[in-house]
Amino acid sequence: MRGGSLWQLGQSITRRLAQADKKTIARRHFASDAENLKKTALHDFHVANGGKMVPFAGWSMPIQYKDSIMESTLNCRQNGSLFDVSHMCGLSLKGKDCVPFLEKLVIADVAGLAPGTGTLTVFTNENGGAIDDSVITKVKDDHIYLVVNAGCRDKDLAHIEAHMKSFTAKGGDVSWHIHDERSLLALQGPLAAPVLQHLTKDDLSKLYFGEFRILDINGVSCFLTRTGYTGEDGFEISVPSERAVDLAKAILEKSEGKVRLTGLGARDSLRLEAGLCLYGNDMEQHVTPVEAGLTWAIGKRRRAEGGFLGAEKILKQLDEGPPVRRVGFFAGGPPARSHSKVHDEQGNPIGEITSGGFSPCLKKNIAMGYVKSGLHKAGTKVKIEVRGKAYDGNITKMPFVPTKYYKPS
Amino acid sequence: MASRLLWASRAASYLRISVFHRGFSSVIKDLKYADSHEWVKVDGNSATIGITDHAQDHLGDVVYVELPEVGVTVKQGASFGAVESVKATSDVNSPVSGKVVEVNEELSSSPALVNSSPYKDGWIIKVEMDSAGELKKLMDADQYTKFCEEEDSKH
Repeated sequence: MRGGSLWQLGQSITRRLAQADKKTIARRHFASDAENLKKTALHDFHVANGGKMVPFAGWSMPIQYKDSIMESTLNCRQNGSLFDVSHMCGLSLKGKDCVPFLEKLVIADVAGLAPGTGTLTVFTNENGGAIDDSVITKVKDDHIYLVVNAGCRDKDLAHIEAHMKSFTAKGGDVSWHIHDERSLLALQGPLAAPVLQHLTKDDLSKLYFGEFRILDINGVSCFLTRTGYTGEDGFEISVPSERAVDLAKAILEKSEGKVRLTGLGARDSLRLEAGLCLYGNDMEQHVTPVEAGLTWAIGKRRRAEGGFLGAEKILKQLDEGPPVRRVGFFAGGPPARSHSKVHDEQGNPIGEITSGGFSPCLKKNIAMGYVKSGLHKAGTKVKIEVRGKAYDGNITKMPFVPTKYYKPS
Repeated sequence: MASRLLWASRAASYLRISVFHRGFSSVIKDLKYADSHEWVKVDGNSATIGITDHAQDHLGDVVYVELPEVGVTVKQGASFGAVESVKATSDVNSPVSGKVVEVNEELSSSPALVNSSPYKDGWIIKVEMDSAGELKKLMDADQYTKFCEEEDSKH
């Protein structure tokens, strides 16, 4: 009942290791982690609300509250969920050259974004692999707001800083501000908009998926992005940390108990059902955005011009097709977890699962992973190996559960 | 941590009731516990095995139980199957050595019995024991309760 790399939720939260020696190592690892964990502004609030706190990317975070992961997942899609995602790193890039600067590091057409809009993007390395995925927003032409993964924070900041130094040395105008003074709440589900509307005078029906606004919520200036990690309509709200608990309480109150505090466990089920990548599981340093199925995130102009790290390899893959592709799977038997091997019907290895589990909404096993190009078509029959046994599965399109993003009709 | 305390009191109350009912029966009839959170109920040479309330509580909603075949041999402390929850995979170790004589087929269609009734309907296998002497290496109810409290306090 011990977890090794606990921040990789897709793998296992409480995997018990059979061998005694491994158990000891895992315990030591756990103990050393627990001593240095960072706490969000809502930490005591979580504990008071029954949050089961676990180490996640160096933070003490709630894996779940009193509701089970199953109940929380279903309630998010039926009513709504409130997540503390303050462990994620919010960052502002400012200066008149912040757009051309960021375009060197990501695949998105940042210049083409209208002010107040954003997109999912990928920070790439020289080989075209993913350093991290991130939601970026162009606040104004001289201000970009972005949020990067907690587990990638140090690596991302070092990467951005190194490039910023050489960029400014050549006379470019860009600087950053890390929003450690703010907390980040994610409000997701069908009640997200009606509940949040109670707390702001701005008309949220005019704010569509991917759009951003700075506005007063619950009497304090917040950064509001209509986005999320569940496939549902919803928001991420960046709030000054001293007002974060107040806002969380206000949201829960206004929902009359229907929006529930939801932990990282259900968050992982929800994002898997929505077919969204978890960096570190489904996307890594050696995986390109084309392989990861994020070709849509490469701006049209960027495909023509390149100009981002690894563009040569990525543009070549766009022409010739990638060697492997991220796909979804349905499978019988025990839920396939990351690193389960995927074989074709003849037993030849064709790929590997990167995330998997039981879908609370579909009541069956779902998984995502990578298979060789050509074998990636929906309907392809495969065998998935779990603890030495092969189980029948087939490749399917994602998302597994239809997404409900709020878009203009 | 509130939920953990809740769990501890729930488990403790279960165990107290259990001890009360079995108060004058032999020690062999009591549940015995392994440090990997399995219980065993001994009846003569037969041992019924499942995972504890503590284990199911930590795992959460159980969605799949991997059962061994009837007739295979199991070894004390070695894995004989697995319990899968929404998020976690957990090996299940056998608290005793012997031969599997029955598996709880109900768990194939209703794995959640492990959550709702860990000590009764959620039993996993029945084993014909090789040696009752192995039971000495297991904990009794009081020792196990203390063991869980100590383990939880480390979190």
